[in-house]
Amino acid sequence: MKIHEYQGKEILRKYGVATPRGQACFSVDEAVAAAGSLGGKVWVVKAQIHAGGRGKGGGVKVAKSLDELRQYAGQILGMQLKTHQTGPEGQKVRRLLVEEGADIKQELYVGMVVDRVTQRVCLMASSEGGMDIEEVAAHTPEKIHKVFVDPATGLKDAEADDVALKIGVPQASVPQARVILQGLYQAFWETDASLAEINPLIVTGDGRVVALDCKINFDSNALFRHPDIVAMRDLDEEDPAEIEASKFDLSYISLDGNIGCLVNGAGLAMATMDTIKLFGAEPANFLDVGGGATTEKVTEAFKIMLKNPKVKGIMVNIFGGIMKCDTIAEGVVAAAREVDLAVPLVVRMRGTNEDLGKRILKDSGLPIISADTMAQAAEKIVAAVSAN
Amino acid sequence: MSILINKETRVVTQGITGKTGQFHTRMCREYANGKNCFVAGVNPKKAGEDFEGIPIYGSVKDAKRQAGVNASVIYVPPPFAAAAIWEAVDADLDLVICITEGIPVRDMIEVKDRMKKQNKKTILVGPNCPGVITPDEIKIGIMPGHIHKRGRIGVVSRSGTLTYEAVGQLMDLGLGQSSCVGIGGDPVNGMKHIDVLRMFNDDPDTDAVIMVGEIGGSDEETAAEWVKAHMKKPVVGFIAGVTAPAGKRMGHAGAIISGGKGTAQEKLAVMEACGIKVTRNPSEMGRLLKTVL
Repeated sequence: MKIHEYQGKEILRKYGVATPRGQACFSVDEAVAAAGSLGGKVWVVKAQIHAGGRGKGGGVKVAKSLDELRQYAGQILGMQLKTHQTGPEGQKVRRLLVEEGADIKQELYVGMVVDRVTQRVCLMASSEGGMDIEEVAAHTPEKIHKVFVDPATGLKDAEADDVALKIGVPQASVPQARVILQGLYQAFWETDASLAEINPLIVTGDGRVVALDCKINFDSNALFRHPDIVAMRDLDEEDPAEIEASKFDLSYISLDGNIGCLVNGAGLAMATMDTIKLFGAEPANFLDVGGGATTEKVTEAFKIMLKNPKVKGIMVNIFGGIMKCDTIAEGVVAAAREVDLAVPLVVRMRGTNEDLGKRILKDSGLPIISADTMAQAAEKIVAAVSAN
Repeated sequence: MSILINKETRVVTQGITGKTGQFHTRMCREYANGKNCFVAGVNPKKAGEDFEGIPIYGSVKDAKRQAGVNASVIYVPPPFAAAAIWEAVDADLDLVICITEGIPVRDMIEVKDRMKKQNKKTILVGPNCPGVITPDEIKIGIMPGHIHKRGRIGVVSRSGTLTYEAVGQLMDLGLGQSSCVGIGGDPVNGMKHIDVLRMFNDDPDTDAVIMVGEIGGSDEETAAEWVKAHMKKPVVGFIAGVTAPAGKRMGHAGAIISGGKGTAQEKLAVMEACGIKVTRNPSEMGRLLKTVL
């Protein structure tokens, strides 16, 4: 699960991480009032969307007067902000963060992820703040310093200090950097984060170390113990189809192609998408109905896939184990009837009660195309879609 | 022979009083030698009771002492599953297979850290996996037993149904399996591809291996490098997720391309470079395996 920058900063502040003073705003008037109460002469207006790359897309502006601030807030609020992470249609800006301006002397990078090889939280830090860390990793990997944190001790003082010095924090500011690095680790650990980034972490003209930006993602498997974080969820930032699917315990992800697919199991679902591509078309979605699919679940899955106007055909690929093919077949028939299916449907079933399932499909009288293998199913659906 | 489990394995079910644990314990008991192998369940509140004749003990240690179990299978719900893993490890069982999906990563980091620091001998398979089967001998997990038969091909995979798919294709060609191991779809887990390949390499009854991977992490690459240096038997492979977009979790918690790393293309390229025959068509896994025999 993702949250906004201002929410991330609220969490970091609880762990002693210094951030600029600021306020989240939902209207231009609120933004102007926020700037007034913050005081000072320079403010930053930042679009709050979950995607990165906001600055380059025109979603971050520095205002040197309240008039300017009003103007920028008006421009940004409601805009379709396009960044490399939003896709071509962009994301509508509904919230702003207004912050006091900062006197930036140095821009650094710190981030944390779970390292799968060491099975520890990995602190990554670099002197190249403000940049895309993937670029730094690709071109100048020697500039990234890593610490694999021992979960029993947390990030030690010496480790934090060492990293701070390596990325160029001035000696006098190292104690502040230590507080921030340890606070970030503590926040990461206690909130069950999956990713936390401060980019940039700045050193100001007077030597203060401040988190100028913040991005935190959370392990969705741990949300059950963090109701406070769940409360920060912003459904406007999520794909409505994915939200709808999650209500029915379906794992769904929208993609760009025109062939919908319904599969049991995540690995088989990916393999099905890959097979569709192999036969020259593109999948419209990832959809794992899971192990306990019922007629209701299959019907909902069909509805969600068909809400996507790009979908010109559907491929069902089921390997029945505990879940029986006849159960799925009944679900598919019921779903096709209920949604008045108007696009070609190819069904491939294998495993438990395979023959029974196939007979149910055949006896339904519906124009369902049957296939024996995943490849054959993909070939058939691609042919059916291109013939239409 | 086989790897990890055989008809001598004695299993305790952790989570035997839940619906999932009961259903699958029943299925496992009905499979091949299951009746002799599934000898205990655990629930601290129901010690002394039984589930359809399988005695329930108060702890894994009690089950070990009284029923002689050396392996455990876990169906405990996610918030308590890591503690259940530790209980089995702390009882010094040989093998723990954790089926549970949805365990917080932090819990897994903690339990794995404790296992390493205390030098525990227990082998962990999973979590978020279908389990392990040695066909016609014993199955521990949720895979459909009837699609398998005894043979000489090893299968290792991060995915459940995609493993069944591979097995189905082998069966179409008349090829049985020595053992099939689902290592699970989570980012922090127990056995990895490399560990299972090592065992297949040493198993006199395995002739060749199908290795099924997916996007995320670098375990397949690590395993491929090992295969190049040490594997004496042919390995064929498939990686799911060529079409998966970056930054999106594809169902499994560990199936995510992050920071440009863990793509299927990258994995396939490394595997090929290491002498593993790969296919980009998941319907061809079985046929590809047959070409290397």
